[in-house]
Amino acid sequence: MCGIVGLFLKDESLQSELGSLVESMLSEMGDRGPDSAGFAIYRDPVDEGEVKITLSSPEDDYAWDDLAASMESDLTVSVRLETYWNHAVLAVRGDERAVLDWLRSQRPEVRVTSAGTDIEIFKEQGTPEEVSDRFGLAEFQGSHALGHTRMATESAVTTEHSHPFSTGRDLCLVHNGSLSNHNRLRRKLERHGITFETDNDSEVAAGFFTMKLSQGLDLEEALKDGLEELDGFYTFAIGTKDGFAVLRDSFACKPAVLAETDRWVAMASEYRALDHLPGASQARIWEPEPAVVYTWSRA
Amino acid sequence: MWVDVDLEAVGVRGLNERLHAISAGVTDARWRIRNPHGLHNIAVGADSPVSLLIEGHVGYYCAGMNKLANITVAGHAGVGLAENMMSGVVRVQGNASSSAGATGRGGLLVIEGDASSRCGISMKGIDIVVGGSVGHMSAFMAQAGRLIVCGDAGPGLGDSIYEAEIFVRGSADDLGADCIVKEMSREQREGLVSLLQRAGFDHDPSDFRLYGSARNLYNFHIDNAASY
Repeated sequence: MCGIVGLFLKDESLQSELGSLVESMLSEMGDRGPDSAGFAIYRDPVDEGEVKITLSSPEDDYAWDDLAASMESDLTVSVRLETYWNHAVLAVRGDERAVLDWLRSQRPEVRVTSAGTDIEIFKEQGTPEEVSDRFGLAEFQGSHALGHTRMATESAVTTEHSHPFSTGRDLCLVHNGSLSNHNRLRRKLERHGITFETDNDSEVAAGFFTMKLSQGLDLEEALKDGLEELDGFYTFAIGTKDGFAVLRDSFACKPAVLAETDRWVAMASEYRALDHLPGASQARIWEPEPAVVYTWSRA
Repeated sequence: MWVDVDLEAVGVRGLNERLHAISAGVTDARWRIRNPHGLHNIAVGADSPVSLLIEGHVGYYCAGMNKLANITVAGHAGVGLAENMMSGVVRVQGNASSSAGATGRGGLLVIEGDASSRCGISMKGIDIVVGGSVGHMSAFMAQAGRLIVCGDAGPGLGDSIYEAEIFVRGSADDLGADCIVKEMSREQREGLVSLLQRAGFDHDPSDFRLYGSARNLYNFHIDNAASY
């Protein structure tokens, strides 16, 4: 099954409430996915010349200060560090590739959940209430967010198999459904230099869109290509640095509801996750059509 | 005299238990259901001629298995609206998600807005009137009853249809397997007029075309009867 949610704020005065609104959306989708939960938040862009990296550790009390200090001395970079339960967000003034290479070789026990200037991804096993609570989601401010509650069907229940998935800068994807051509597509994408952390089908979809965007396509064009090349059932919600998109496959077996007001655009697997949003009763509410790309952007 | 029922106070199960406890023969109960918040399974399994007005959007399977009751949703409805309905009237003032009226055996389902994919899938005698359009694969394997669409029908309309009748006022460009345009008899036209009237639409019946089964699929050949 799985539940997905997304909230894209148009009204900046709502940004202080983003976390609490998304927390309620996620917990409403707990029945659709009690195995693990995760969310991506776009907020606090780092300064020019800095990269923001979110890391996840299997240990609750990982020595993040030590990691930051070692990175600073090994790479002669400066690092700002914030920790949230077993995740940490690093703002590093330095070369992104060098930082990621260093993490892979020096700290292989730590996983990179996201990289970019705005994005932060937090995900862990447990119900959405537990996961939101441990990360303190309700306190988060930001411009847009995506979330996922997972009921595992095609791969294991682990943190790294949890959504959202990110394979490119400031890009993330949440997925309800199952892809049938992900193994072949993964091999093809790997030949184009996309790297994958897991055997999960949804990560392949994220990698596919990353490749398309890196080839210069805009989000809408990338999603249209997805309709041609991704085989299976899907409702996707996709976040970029300043955009938000929703796409359903042409059979539209997996549910989705969109709602829009002057202040926000939201999507969820079921309407009940949107009902508490401010002004929901006056929102324009509709079901996204099969094989139609819906995008919003701040540009 | 309306009785107010607050779903926040009694919960979906509380409402449905009260609905099931109404004794046979009660005909004048009128309930106003507040705070539905898109919850699933609201007013499922009614079996008395009670009138329900649900004030807001409902989730999945609202008014499922309805018998005798007259249920109005002042909002949108989620997946599986009035699934397997037996009799009575269910009306949705907004739109309905996929599989509205699925497997319905009787009664009247009115969706004033649009219905999504698979509207009337495997319908077995229910009458469905949609004020707007229906999505893909509507009336798939429809066996009996009537589906009236005042707007357009999506791809694959009436695929593998049996004896149900489909009336479409707008376009129906992509018909499913074995579904064809048919001549409308006088009785069928009178039935259409009567249903439109009951549903509250005043469209000209001559704007509608009738679609039904060509009876060419494997199961319609008498030589294959022994296989069933």
